[in-house]
Amino acid sequence: MRLTLHVWRQASGSPSGRFERYDMPDADEHMSFLEMLDVLNNRLIEQGKDPIAFEHDCREGICGSCGMVINGRPHGPVQRVTACQLHMRSFKDGDDIWLEPWRARAFPVLKDLVVDRSAFDRIIQAGGYISIRTGAAPDANAVPIPKRDADSAMDAAACIGCGACVAACPNGSAMLFTAAKISHLGLLPQGQPERFSRVLDMVGTMDEEGFGSCTNHGSCEAACPKGISLDFIARLNRDLIRATLGKGMEVEAPAGGAG
Amino acid sequence: MELRSRVPDGPIEQKWDKHRFDLKLVNPANKRKYEIIVVGSGLAGAAAAATLGELGYKVKCFTYHDSPRRAHSIAAQGGINAAKNYQNDGDSIYRLFYDTVKGGDFRAREANVYRLAQVSLNIIDQCVAQGVPFAREYGGLLANRSFGGAQVSRTFYARGQTGQQLLLGAYSALERQIAAGTVTMYPRSEMLDVIVVDGHARGIVVRDMVTGKISSHMANAVALGTGGYSNVFFLSTNAKACNVTATWRAYRRGAAFANPCFTQIHPTCIPQAGDYQSKLTLMSESLRNDGRIWVPQQPGDTRAAKDIPDAERDYYLERIYPSFGNLSPRDVSSRRAKEMVDNGQGVGVEKNGVYLDFQDAIQRLGQHVIAERYGNLFDMYQQITGENPYQVPMRIYPAPHYTMGGLWVDYNLMSTLPGLFVIGEANFSDHGANRLGASALMQGLADGYFVLPYTIGEYLTSNKAGSVAADVPEAKAAEAQAAETTQRLLGVNGKRTVDVFHRELGRVMWNECGMARNATGLKRALAEIPRIREEFWTDVRVPGSGLELNQELEKAGRVADFLEFAELMCLDALGRDESCGGHFREEHQTPDGEAKRDDEQFAHVAAWAYQGPNATPALHKEPLAFEYVHLATRSYK
Ligand SMILES: Cc1cc2nc3c(=O)[nH]c(=O)nc-3n(C[C@H](O)[C@H](O)[C@H](O)COP(=O)(O)OP(=O)(O)OC[C@H]3O[C@@H](n4cnc5c(N)ncnc54)[C@H](O)[C@@H]3O)c2cc1C
Ligand code: FES
Repeated sequence: MRLTLHVWRQASGSPSGRFERYDMPDADEHMSFLEMLDVLNNRLIEQGKDPIAFEHDCREGICGSCGMVINGRPHGPVQRVTACQLHMRSFKDGDDIWLEPWRARAFPVLKDLVVDRSAFDRIIQAGGYISIRTGAAPDANAVPIPKRDADSAMDAAACIGCGACVAACPNGSAMLFTAAKISHLGLLPQGQPERFSRVLDMVGTMDEEGFGSCTNHGSCEAACPKGISLDFIARLNRDLIRATLGKGMEVEAPAGGAG
Repeated sequence: MELRSRVPDGPIEQKWDKHRFDLKLVNPANKRKYEIIVVGSGLAGAAAAATLGELGYKVKCFTYHDSPRRAHSIAAQGGINAAKNYQNDGDSIYRLFYDTVKGGDFRAREANVYRLAQVSLNIIDQCVAQGVPFAREYGGLLANRSFGGAQVSRTFYARGQTGQQLLLGAYSALERQIAAGTVTMYPRSEMLDVIVVDGHARGIVVRDMVTGKISSHMANAVALGTGGYSNVFFLSTNAKACNVTATWRAYRRGAAFANPCFTQIHPTCIPQAGDYQSKLTLMSESLRNDGRIWVPQQPGDTRAAKDIPDAERDYYLERIYPSFGNLSPRDVSSRRAKEMVDNGQGVGVEKNGVYLDFQDAIQRLGQHVIAERYGNLFDMYQQITGENPYQVPMRIYPAPHYTMGGLWVDYNLMSTLPGLFVIGEANFSDHGANRLGASALMQGLADGYFVLPYTIGEYLTSNKAGSVAADVPEAKAAEAQAAETTQRLLGVNGKRTVDVFHRELGRVMWNECGMARNATGLKRALAEIPRIREEFWTDVRVPGSGLELNQELEKAGRVADFLEFAELMCLDALGRDESCGGHFREEHQTPDGEAKRDDEQFAHVAAWAYQGPNATPALHKEPLAFEYVHLATRSYK
């Protein structure tokens, strides 16, 4: 199939960029989207031009490296699919494809489609963990966890940290990312002791990093390649209220009881 | 060079305990004075950096990713082994030890394997305490499955995303230490060399991948957790950036490379679809628990799977290996698939796969059970191939997946270069000539959480070298060399892209040093590789400059190292004139096509030492003794 690509080009270290047009006369429907870009890049290099920088690694939808806005949608037209798992059969002959980096205040562009997402790491540093020393753990089966709670924790833990939620949000909020981690840990008994300090610290850092606030727009959930649910944001908000009111400081017994 | 394995004396059950007691402890107040560099933030690197930081050392951790959470470990699907015996099905530390030594076809060091089986118990405890959401039964206890040829259910898993959840656990521990100030993280930083001062590894040379700046970082010891080298084949299941640079550079500085030819070809990957293919996707081996593998009996049969009646199908693994059937080990299953395809019985348009069929399981258990077990894998398969595996059988074919070879390490995980430790897939240690499914995650975390943090102390206390400055001549020289290589790559300005060379190398390696090898082919490869390397250095085109984010330059440096490393791999494969595990030399097989080991001549680790740019490397042998698991022919029939 013949495609026309309009790609955001921004030089390394430069504050601004612009769209450039590229013809892709022979894309194959079985190619993955990134393979199509590989083919284009190899041609650009042969023509003495600078290839398009984009991030990728696993190409299996799990590492969270890839991510670009394709025709106005983070990760492109297919729901619950990362850019690296998108295949050209989702496009048709003659299509125009617009490619842009994640656009958010907290994710500065480094080059072309590559952005700096290290703010996510700093949110995790603020409390996205359970404080357990290596070697200090009790037997793994000492605390049974209801399957339902373990499953919900896993639903939240499935987040790949790609940043599509931020890119999709008109406010550039990182609520879905933060809520996923808070819910993952908050649903487990092991996560209870730090549950309320965690939510205060992580949300505080999220604000400091320049992410916008959440106005329940919901586009994050629609853009999330892993289908992380908005319910987790509601859960975060409940924990946050309790933490701010100071009620949550005592340890809560049953996992997930409040959620 | 002397290969001192430093395996402690005494009965195997007591070696690790005794060794831990004998190791010198580092005074808590002194730990702060020791700086340790950890390269890599996969399971091995992140676990090590977090634990060392927690112990009080000053840790610097480097990764070429933008975040430690992206390491290739994230992609592991199936699970992690541990001898918990929660299923009461007869598992034990000894059985996991036994299975691993046997599964590795008697080419691993017994003492290391035993320790691995011992600490496997602690790993699961640790991960659960960190909040890793392993699968659970309705009663709330941990669920297990049997995996990759094991006859007990000892594999813990988190849906099809076990690696992700384990890595996120280690990553959170690491981020906690970063916040506490004990670990300094250097993302987007690629290690290009090891700095050796007075015969000890004392630092690394790093390129900042955003600004291009090349600089030195010094420490009292260096640990590499930089993963495996399957991408020497170009097409593999590894993430695109996985490469051999860190271990190869260490090899060139004096660390011996052990068993480079021991590579694992995974039996269940999606077959290649076209020339543009950039990587191969693994379908977790757990699928073999419920899927049946078959090909049409008639070569060249073009009927759709559903039109081929049962009587005209060859369920070849069930036929040849009645007791293990579809769960036969990876090397055996892979080789048999290749045989079927070579014989014209392959399926799919390209005739380059075999079927993995779930019809029976769906009928027996219902689609919802299959969906619960493998839903995300089925979705992934459909996304990639456009075919619905609930309705038509999956097509699979073997692909390079894991590398058992790596830098040689002693019982303390130290390489032959003093002060340089190697953990995770990057070392050669525990899997012999073939790794069992779900054992790599276990080994990475064992090394990182429970072994290195103890053993490194012994080195630090017995080598009281103070800190060295980053401007010692050795550091400056290594930096200059890295800068020069970068300039050389940019300066060739030829006509072909890096990918073209990488694909060509991959083709040679897959054909001559892949699933089956023979002397003629390996000699051919040994002639081809230097030719490709020479053409690379005269005709590659790397655009842009060294002082910017330049992905082609990163790739070029990695491929340049693969082009050197590939030769060592073939040399090792040629030298090992026997078949064992994943190393199948066609000259050495039984009449029915099983691998034939030669214990008399080859019950050793082959460790290669660098002798200079154009010199043949020197081969050193660490003899292997099997005192507990007696040498026997592996049989899965
Ligand atoms: C698709 C797939 C599925 C798998 N499934 C399973 C499974 O179910 N069970 C199992 O046990 N095993 C599985 N494995 C194997 C297992 O995932 C790996 O062996 C293991 O995760 C390796 O961990 P590691 O920490 O050694 O290395 P990696 O996770 O590969 O980490 C390497 C780290 O080193 C860094 N690095 C490398 N070189 C440099 C450099 N020069 N400079 C700076 N940083 C560098 C990288 O950035 C990264 O952080 C699977 C492998 C694949 C490919
Ligand atoms: S490249 Fe890993 S998620 Fe897309």
